[in-house]
Amino acid sequence: MIDDIELLRLIENNSRLSYEEIATMLGTSASEVEQEITRLKEENVILGYTTIINWEKKAPDNCIGMIEVRITPVKNKGYDHLAQVLSKYDKVTACYLMSGGFDLMIIYEDKTLRDIATFVTEKIATQEGVLSTTTHFILKKYKASGVIYDNPERDDRQAIIL
Amino acid sequence: MSIDYNDKISKAVQQVPPSAIRRFFDVAAEMKGHVISLSIGEPDFVTPWQIREAGINSLIEGYTHYSPNAGYTDSRQAICDYLKRRYGVSYDYKHELLITVGGSEGLDLAARALINPGDEVIIVEPCFVAYKATVLFAHGVPVVVETKPENNYKLMPEELEAAITDKTKYIIIGYPNNPTGAVMTLEDYAKIRDVLLKYPDIVVLSDELYCELNYLDSRPASLTQFSELRDRVVMVNGFSKSYAMTGFRIGYVAGPSELIAPMVKIHQYCIMSAPSTAQFCAIEAAANADAEVAKMREEYNHRRRVIIKGLEDAGLSCFTPYGAFYAFPCIKSTGLTSEEFCERFLIEKHVAIVPGNAFGACGEGFVRISYAASMEDIKEAMQLLKEFVEELKKG
Ligand SMILES: Cc1ncc(COP(=O)(O)O)c(C=O)c1O
Repeated sequence: MIDDIELLRLIENNSRLSYEEIATMLGTSASEVEQEITRLKEENVILGYTTIINWEKKAPDNCIGMIEVRITPVKNKGYDHLAQVLSKYDKVTACYLMSGGFDLMIIYEDKTLRDIATFVTEKIATQEGVLSTTTHFILKKYKASGVIYDNPERDDRQAIIL
Repeated sequence: MSIDYNDKISKAVQQVPPSAIRRFFDVAAEMKGHVISLSIGEPDFVTPWQIREAGINSLIEGYTHYSPNAGYTDSRQAICDYLKRRYGVSYDYKHELLITVGGSEGLDLAARALINPGDEVIIVEPCFVAYKATVLFAHGVPVVVETKPENNYKLMPEELEAAITDKTKYIIIGYPNNPTGAVMTLEDYAKIRDVLLKYPDIVVLSDELYCELNYLDSRPASLTQFSELRDRVVMVNGFSKSYAMTGFRIGYVAGPSELIAPMVKIHQYCIMSAPSTAQFCAIEAAANADAEVAKMREEYNHRRRVIIKGLEDAGLSCFTPYGAFYAFPCIKSTGLTSEEFCERFLIEKHVAIVPGNAFGACGEGFVRISYAASMEDIKEAMQLLKEFVEELKKG
């Protein structure tokens, strides 16, 4: 029996492992791993596989905005409607319903600050039910997707320890 | 040169030979940085952050002085709470626990507190190299019991009993074991208890540094859990392996007050107190790091299985290890000695592992492979091992 939580933790950290490798690490067979992963995909537990990229090295001018949106829920549709509409934009990389002083947190990535400003004024502010927006820009990433970007920790151990 | 140092240096010190594998050590040290190291007996993980932070905060608050000899009250209490939670065993932090400079100090204290010249101490080999040395430094006589792969490197009750004489002062047991990775279950220990009950004078020193790294059962099993042995089992434990805290130099001994008191006496004259900063880290580790330990354990366990598979693929026989972060495969089929095997593997394939004879004569014909290394390194090393063994067999 595979512990599916352990399996998920494993592939969350490294989605490039083969079924054989996962099977060895979990002490089971490759076919069982394949079956389990297929099941988890069918149940929409596994949604996709991504690569963690430090875009600051390749496209240093890209901009990420975190946009707080206050809204009045549209009648009969709650918050979900607007959240789903905004989520449809490709450049919206995340959308969360929040507790506290605002309702939706939108993370939006584009080439320039102006692109983000345009998105906010033209696409968000104009939506029915939107009361106000506050936009924050990311200046530097230290850690994302659980990975520290410039980690100074290194292996300082001696060659042999008995 | 007028002084004859042979005459000056204590005979007890001189009789302990410099490590049997000195030459191999030097070669490996020279090649460090250019090799894959599966030769390291300490975690590759960096200490979990909140544990480091506890130390930093204690420095900010000015805790830069000696602590009480046995350790800060809070640290001792946190360790006793941990032992109660994980082992189900109660120790009184005032009289039954001493915080030491690593488990290493505990091993030394026990030897100095217990041994009169000529007393015998039973040592279960293959084992951590300090056991025999501490006994010899304290003018004791080590009596070796050899464990065997066919018994999964467990201590067998009849083998223990055969080694007991009227000079036996104590016995050192260390599971999960360095270098074999063997573990003892509570049922295994029950058989040892039955032998010990026949010899009520013999003290037990149980080295449980790897207690949290058990892949058979996530709860530690230990002789300390038998109440009928409570008056004579001393647990040596610490934070080095379980919490990836080797550099903090912090450990402890727990046991009956009659045995802890003389150890406190030696410690108070020779050490004063364990590092204060590390004692604050120990509180955080003992109280709040179960989740971090579980995460490391899970990762070690994945690596362990990859190693076992790699050894199988390389055609080396190995009993299945369930503890610590070591495997101890047999290399006799290659026709090489342990040292030849390791030296050639290092030079030809650039992978460092440790010859088994470093851990006792019965380790000859075996090698210790540590999986306190990244998964990528382990996979690559296993591939190289397979190639190496195939080349040896072709001749
Ligand atoms: C079995 C065993 N006991 C004790 C120790 C000593 O650990 P420390 O002094 O770091 O607590 C080690 C370290 O390698 C070990 O492997």
